Amino acid sequence: MGRDDIIVEVQDLYMYFPVLAGLMRRKIADVKAIDGISFFIRRGETLGLVGESGCGKTTTGRCILRLYDLTGGKVFFEGRELTNLSPRELRGFRRNMQLIFQDPYASLDPRMTAGDIIGEPLVVHHLARGREYRERIEECLKLVELEPRMADRYPHEFSGGQRQRIGIARALSARPSFVVCDEPVSALDVSIQTQVISLLMRLRQELNLTYLFIAHDLSVVRHISDRVAVMYLGKIMEITNSDELYDNPLNPYTQALLSAVPIPDPVVDRQRKRILLTGDVPSPVNPPSGCNFHPRCQRAIDSCKEQTPELREIGSDHWVACHRV
Amino acid sequence: MRLIPYPPGIIMGGEIIFKGQNLLQASDEELRHIRGDRISMIFQEPTTSLNPVFNINSQISEALIVHRKIDREAAAEETIKLLKLVGIPDAERRAQDYPHQFSGGMQQRIMIAMALSCNPELLIADEPTTSVDVTVQAQLLELIDNLRSQFGTAVIIITHNLGVVARYVDRVNVMYAGRLVETGPTEVIYGDPKHPYTLGLMASVPRLDLPRDRELHVIEGLPPNLARLPQGCYFNPRCYLATDTCRKETPEMVAVGEEHFTACFRWSEVKK
Repeated sequence: MGRDDIIVEVQDLYMYFPVLAGLMRRKIADVKAIDGISFFIRRGETLGLVGESGCGKTTTGRCILRLYDLTGGKVFFEGRELTNLSPRELRGFRRNMQLIFQDPYASLDPRMTAGDIIGEPLVVHHLARGREYRERIEECLKLVELEPRMADRYPHEFSGGQRQRIGIARALSARPSFVVCDEPVSALDVSIQTQVISLLMRLRQELNLTYLFIAHDLSVVRHISDRVAVMYLGKIMEITNSDELYDNPLNPYTQALLSAVPIPDPVVDRQRKRILLTGDVPSPVNPPSGCNFHPRCQRAIDSCKEQTPELREIGSDHWVACHRV
Repeated sequence: MRLIPYPPGIIMGGEIIFKGQNLLQASDEELRHIRGDRISMIFQEPTTSLNPVFNINSQISEALIVHRKIDREAAAEETIKLLKLVGIPDAERRAQDYPHQFSGGMQQRIMIAMALSCNPELLIADEPTTSVDVTVQAQLLELIDNLRSQFGTAVIIITHNLGVVARYVDRVNVMYAGRLVETGPTEVIYGDPKHPYTLGLMASVPRLDLPRDRELHVIEGLPPNLARLPQGCYFNPRCYLATDTCRKETPEMVAVGEEHFTACFRWSEVKK
């Protein structure tokens, strides 16, 4: 596989947020949202990013888009390093990388019409004006299976599923090549989730898009992704292709995560082996030493408490960070 | 629980029978003795259900003092026992803490402890795990299930998660737009659904155990606006089997198997 196939590459990324306290707002600690992760995304594929809340999934997506100033590490997009671009140069790149947000209620400006929301990237990047602008909005509405006449309506006139479609149309109007989908269906009803998932998969095919698909629902992630990365407390625990991850999970955390998802079939589910984790996810301000999963891991040994396991390749396209594998 | 505020909510008719007593005819005084004592409820969002200005001990003790008529000290002891039961480490000290000092999963454990404080005969769990992560969801549901078998409590789980239903439930009621559309034992509902909505729902969710390229069934359209419901069967505008009859008449529940009922004119044609 040549380097040309890689659209996004993340190298040794760190993202810490300061915890401030006291009258002088002095820094007393760091929230280690991302604690040294590396991965790449190939052109045209969907990389799933799963993990529990607070594990750093969303932060990872936002770091790739350079919505934060990184604490450390590098992000490459189509071979160019984004980390040292000037704000002006960065703006040029941003057109190619867009974001679909989790909450279709909070992410649309209630005072803008659906058309203006979808058209905003066209204005920002000087891509279209006048008739061309209106035509592109119409095109985008059709793309997400909404009617062109809906362009004049305001967000409150739409249902949750329709709003998410507007969010998708907005992300696609500037014709990006890479889209970060941050929990795009978790706020929706079950039957509407399926509609939006099918839409996203069709659009990827038709427009030749690359997705980073962030979600906590493993069944949804597996369905849509070619490869999946599992995160825990700011670190990547395992990356492999979707089938391998579910057929042959190697990291004890991945195994526990999978077994915690009940399968909607009583006959199948009641025969599965269940691994029940104890305790909560520790605070990222003060993560455990060594492997950060060791306090909850049933297979932890002394070295897990002392040494941080590296993400290493143990099979074709299968990477695991665990001393016991 | 008779918790719907009136006005605007009006119960238009029917009966709610709890151990032979019609709760709709019970006085406020009688209801106060039932609520939180014989029937208790776990709410969806523990963060908004717990009172931020009282510590955990006083919130759990309250139900004990009111219903069991025990004094403050005895209630505090009982509270610590309950916190241990639901798996809160260091219970003696933690009982003095306030809700914001606990994680979401721990808060939900406190809600469970509160709901169980008076050994209810019926526990209603309304989306008990929607605001927590999957590994914590598994812990909480396992906890509720263990307590159910330990104390013989009847449990109603209200959820949209088909996996949770499959794992923990004996009998299922499927609802759509305010009506019951199908009811039956879990294995039968999943193995041989007889309502197009149930069938559609099952086929629309991705499953970890089935091939990844399995085509998901899309139920077209939106759930109806409850103020403007369609005529006939409420599901007819989204149903692949709908006929003129379905658009005009309301289907009654009919028996289609042992303890298995469905409200569909064309149930015999519904096949997995």
